[in-house]
Amino acid sequence: MSHVEEIPDDASQEMNMLEAINHTLHQEMRRDERVMVLGEDVGHNGGVFRATDGLHTEFGGDRVVDTPLAEAVIVGTSVGLAAAGQIPVAEIQFLGFAYQAMHQIAGQAARLRFRTRGRFQARITIRSPFGGGVRTPELHSDSILSQFANVPGLKIVAPSSASDAKGMLATAIRDPDPVLFLEPLRGYRMIKDEVPLGEHLVELGKARTVSDGSDVVIIAWSYMVDVAMRAATELANEGISARIVDLRSIVPLDTEAIAQAVEDCGRVVVVQEAPETNGFASEVIATINDTSFYSLEAPVERVSGWDAPYPTGQLEDFYVPDVGRVVAAVRRVVETP
Amino acid sequence: MTRPLSDDDLRAMMTHMIGARVSSQRAFNLQRQGRAGTNAPIDGSEAIVVGAARALDPTADWVLPQYREPVALQRFGPEVLESYVRYILGDPDGGHIPEPVRVWPPQISLATQVPHAVGMAWGMKRTGETGCALVFLGDGSTSEGDFYEAANFAGVLRAPVIFVVVNNGWAISTPVASQTAAKNFAAKSHAFGFPGTTVDGTDILAVYEVVSEARERAVSGAGPTLIEAVTYRLAPHTTADDPTRYMPDDELVAARGRDPLTRFQKELSGRGLWSDDDTTRAEADADAVMEAAIQAAEADRANPIELFDHVHAIRTTRLERQRREWIDHYGEDPR
Ligand SMILES: Cc1ncc(C[n+]2csc(CCOP(=O)(O)OP(=O)(O)O)c2C)c(N)n1
Ligand SMILES: [Mg+2]
Repeated sequence: MSHVEEIPDDASQEMNMLEAINHTLHQEMRRDERVMVLGEDVGHNGGVFRATDGLHTEFGGDRVVDTPLAEAVIVGTSVGLAAAGQIPVAEIQFLGFAYQAMHQIAGQAARLRFRTRGRFQARITIRSPFGGGVRTPELHSDSILSQFANVPGLKIVAPSSASDAKGMLATAIRDPDPVLFLEPLRGYRMIKDEVPLGEHLVELGKARTVSDGSDVVIIAWSYMVDVAMRAATELANEGISARIVDLRSIVPLDTEAIAQAVEDCGRVVVVQEAPETNGFASEVIATINDTSFYSLEAPVERVSGWDAPYPTGQLEDFYVPDVGRVVAAVRRVVETP
Repeated sequence: MTRPLSDDDLRAMMTHMIGARVSSQRAFNLQRQGRAGTNAPIDGSEAIVVGAARALDPTADWVLPQYREPVALQRFGPEVLESYVRYILGDPDGGHIPEPVRVWPPQISLATQVPHAVGMAWGMKRTGETGCALVFLGDGSTSEGDFYEAANFAGVLRAPVIFVVVNNGWAISTPVASQTAAKNFAAKSHAFGFPGTTVDGTDILAVYEVVSEARERAVSGAGPTLIEAVTYRLAPHTTADDPTRYMPDDELVAARGRDPLTRFQKELSGRGLWSDDDTTRAEADADAVMEAAIQAAEADRANPIELFDHVHAIRTTRLERQRREWIDHYGEDPR
């Protein structure tokens, strides 16, 4: 049933985020014929961003399905498909439209295992782009990840590199639980790195140290890792050595990696695109409080979107955390005596 | 029952259709020039929107659009287009259509406007207003739960609401055949318990007729109507779309031969009510109106600090604190 390609162990290729996702979907569909892709415009059109380009041609309309325009039924039928032994990879065209599927994601997929005491499992991957900065119409940019982080039973990952996108998407598809796989809209074509061409799995729940540093740790995920990296370059010129930890996985959360970084650096800035109130940064800071309070040399700072709905294009550059705000927060934290 | 159309009405309808096409194409080009964000051209749906608007009473009825319609709602006042231009320029005021214009701003989250329309109609019924709410939604949007839930409830309420399904054959790349196995969208009304009808959406007079009848039903207390207006999307889904990937060329060419503008122009010329000069003048006038709206919107871009306005009726202390932090970082007016 499975078809495994012969690829030399060490072969790799530079890809952007979209190419890595597309490549991984091809590989996982070849590997396991139970894997299906379903969503709006994912078939003939290859997805509005081309993430699913070529799948319909290779695997046909039975496995790569243009659904009616209804997010609830995309996720809801995925629950049923999973119970029937299929492995759906559902696409929500933009995360802001996951609201239309909230009752199926949060109310159903996430708790299927729990309420059937393991009789059924929702082995589903839900892919969706999110995040701002690219002048989209309303609701296309909202960072609503933390709303899902409050839902027991779901896993949530948000990779920031093409290589991680491959490793985590493949792992998500093989994971027995529902995984929300969040893709950085702004980084789709901008983020580029070497992606292993053969089997490449990244364990869900493991953070990644993106760059080393000792004065302060900047904790971020998804596109905010890129912002943090640019901030770190600027800070290096001022003689501030910033470590960057990419959480990669929101649920499960790599508590140990967070604790270790806090112990090593003593000062922390958490960066998130979501509004400040009840964004996932709050949970990160509470975790630091639990694990590493006595390692802290200064109060933890967070850089967030504001407590306003994601705004229209003329305002958005002043809403999404930028390098300047991260640098300023780091300076404040480092200057605390 | 249906108000007869005067020659002035007919000429105004033609003018508005041309205006809609011109504004929409200007908006598209504005995006290409980097001056506007993603927007969705109306090409192919002009007769549906202009015809429906003509059947309504702008002082009594409400329109809840999806996102293509605002350029064709001139009958409700110039403010609709002015706000729309700001909207596509990413100005938050684009969502504010001033009083007393009875039009909601564009809706991006598909079908969410349908329950709002039913709620407005219900409210009007409660206060005894004689008016109705007309909501536009696409063929694709009918697949959303919001549509079924709202239409069903409207039937129960006998709410004064008109559902206009703009069936332009496509939802981005997804053809109607992938949305529904029903023979047509009008047939869905049977399950809701109120009448439904399919109309040729390239025939503005036919649209006017069916919407007039639906309005009569609505305001006389007879309840909702579902209208399916059939046309074809003559332009890309939005500025971000490449229809050559999925749209069969022959279909598009055939549909261009049924252009609603050409059809009505011929009809009016035959009655001696329209000439080529009129077309030239209408195009030039529409272009000037659009140009003025663009100039005004570009000259008055938003101060980004406005993102802290209108979050709640009264700003919370926490948001007030964030606003001060914002000013510390960006200044009072970083435009
Ligand atoms: C709830 C929701 N899901 C998905 C989208 C993305 N999207 C925008 S327009 C569109 C197609 C809409 O088709 P239709 O309702 O037929 O309207 P048309 O664009 O043809 O006028 C889709 C899928 C959205 N805006 N909202
Ligand atoms: Mg459509």
